[in-house]
Amino acid sequence: MSEHEREVPGAGPSIDYVEKMAGRLRYHIIRMVGKAGSGHPGGSLSSADIVAALYFGGILRVDPKNPLWEDRDRFVLSKGHAAPVLYAALAEMGFFPVDVLLTLRKLGSPLQGHPDRKKVAGVEASTGSLGQGLSIAVGMALAGKLDKKDYKVWALLGDGECQEGQIWEAAMAAAHYKLDNLRAIVDHNGLQIDGPVGKVMSVEPLIDKFSAFGWETVSVDGHNVRELLDAMRRPAAGKPLAIIAETVKGKGVAFMENVAAWHGKAPQGEELERALAEVAMPENSEERGQ
Amino acid sequence: MRAARDAYGEVLLELGKENPDIVVLDADLSSSTKTSVFAKAFPERFFNVGIAEANMMGVAAGLASAGKIPFVSTFAVFATGRVFDQIRQSIAYSGFNVKIVATHGGLTVGPDGATHQALEDIALMRVLPEMTVIVPSDAEETKQAVRAAAAHDGPVYIRLGREAVPDVFPSGATFEIGKGNMFSPGIPREQVIAASPEEIRFDVSFIACGVMVKECLDAAAILETHGIKAAVAGFASVKPFDADLCIALARRSRLMVSAEEHNVIGGLGGAVCECLAENHPVRVLRVGVMDRFGESGPARELLEAYGLTGPSIAEKVKTAFSLL
Ligand SMILES: Cc1ncc(C[n+]2csc(CCOP(=O)(O)OP(=O)(O)O)c2C)c(N)n1
Ligand SMILES: [Mg+2]
Repeated sequence: MSEHEREVPGAGPSIDYVEKMAGRLRYHIIRMVGKAGSGHPGGSLSSADIVAALYFGGILRVDPKNPLWEDRDRFVLSKGHAAPVLYAALAEMGFFPVDVLLTLRKLGSPLQGHPDRKKVAGVEASTGSLGQGLSIAVGMALAGKLDKKDYKVWALLGDGECQEGQIWEAAMAAAHYKLDNLRAIVDHNGLQIDGPVGKVMSVEPLIDKFSAFGWETVSVDGHNVRELLDAMRRPAAGKPLAIIAETVKGKGVAFMENVAAWHGKAPQGEELERALAEVAMPENSEERGQ
Repeated sequence: MRAARDAYGEVLLELGKENPDIVVLDADLSSSTKTSVFAKAFPERFFNVGIAEANMMGVAAGLASAGKIPFVSTFAVFATGRVFDQIRQSIAYSGFNVKIVATHGGLTVGPDGATHQALEDIALMRVLPEMTVIVPSDAEETKQAVRAAAAHDGPVYIRLGREAVPDVFPSGATFEIGKGNMFSPGIPREQVIAASPEEIRFDVSFIACGVMVKECLDAAAILETHGIKAAVAGFASVKPFDADLCIALARRSRLMVSAEEHNVIGGLGGAVCECLAENHPVRVLRVGVMDRFGESGPARELLEAYGLTGPSIAEKVKTAFSLL
């Protein structure tokens, strides 16, 4: 689907197109983390379909030509270590040239190990210290209400991240202020650094917790673009919406799937080759514009 | 070459065997902080609280209230700034015997970037009454510091780095809370303090902690080739501060240099300046991060870019001399 078709009002992008873009994001993630020699592939891959749905499924209203447009939707990557998936999406959207992706984590690169809003157009919040993004999103949503703007604010959280008390302080505030312009997505991949979330420190029942905190909730397959888009398009219901996205950490690279060790390790050498082979797509070989 | 955090993992295991009151807490970083070694040996005395650092500090305080000796570990940013008030109220003010051992301090965290590079933790912990602050220079000094912390009654903050670092702690030397060590030349601390200023003289004396001790040793070697006589003291015990050694060195030197992988404000450089301004005013050159956040990059490249390597420290000292 072309750039133009995406902008046709009413006509949403096809599922096929979003899936293709998710594939491109995965390809960029592996290439950039591989080149950097460090970074976080696992949680970037598990979020790829979610982020593709947001940016390429006609959900986020953003304008790469005017990144600070007052009426833009805001996306806060609260799980900031998944920076590669955000950078890949921003580059594909045209916020900056795609070849900048390969400077990830190098000295002098705008693409810091964790997103820096002062260095990259399209990055709304400097995250990386877990647990803080949802509060920032609450503030953005409150500002939207104060200014009578119709923009939406989105935050993407990790399931391990939900162990931070501040997440629940923010959840309480969001419901208290009836922020129906705020939507949180939890990348429910079941893993954190030291192992399964349920073994380290259980956050379950996560969906019931958000409900109990006064949120509208929905659980979806986080790798099913149609389900994701349906949930994302839900009309506002007077309260914030939490989408619990069931995902697989490392999704798309077989040897990384459901393996905690691939949380924060870059594939190198033969492993990088194998990973690249898995995420390679025909359309990835031809260089797209920018 | 060894990483201080590996030494921490080892000594924690030893301590666990020696003392059943030792308990360990971590916040989903046990593989990086190396508390995983203790966790494997003593699963019932290890508590992974998840990504919940504030809770971890409070839980440690509670464990200490019952006579346990909690060692609490995570990255330095999350072990200090994020939980400053919990440390202040529930640990330091409350007088609980909690040992905070943070890894990944300073710029040399590298590619993770500014969000993960603690450059203010020494200042934050130093300003707390009752808190002991230790920044060891290498693996051996780390082992001794962790043992000293376990034996000390009161809260302690130990800051370790991520990378493997060269062994620099003088063989046969002992780490003691409140005392610095002479790393070069090999004159015992007590002798430097006791000697008359005429007996022992230097052109420049370095007071350094952490990975910067090694950089200062390199700088000193370069300066010697330019006929500048330099002393290097390791002040792993940032607090209590070894005022005696600091003043003794200042009396014997034309220039004092502090060096730390930290903001030049409020850390070791701050301690040196406070001590000397009150006791023996001399020119002090502070080497550190010049009041800015860090950024992503390979550890060594970052040290170079921020002027924290031996050669650039030597240059700074030569410039300072030309202005004296
Ligand atoms: C406050 C804080 N504590 C610890 C860390 C270190 N850390 C980075 S990622 C991570 C695990 C995150 O797990 P989860 O939220 O489930 O993310 P995902 O599985 O989606 O990658 C941890 C502990 C951090 N970045 N911030
Ligand atoms: Mg997870």
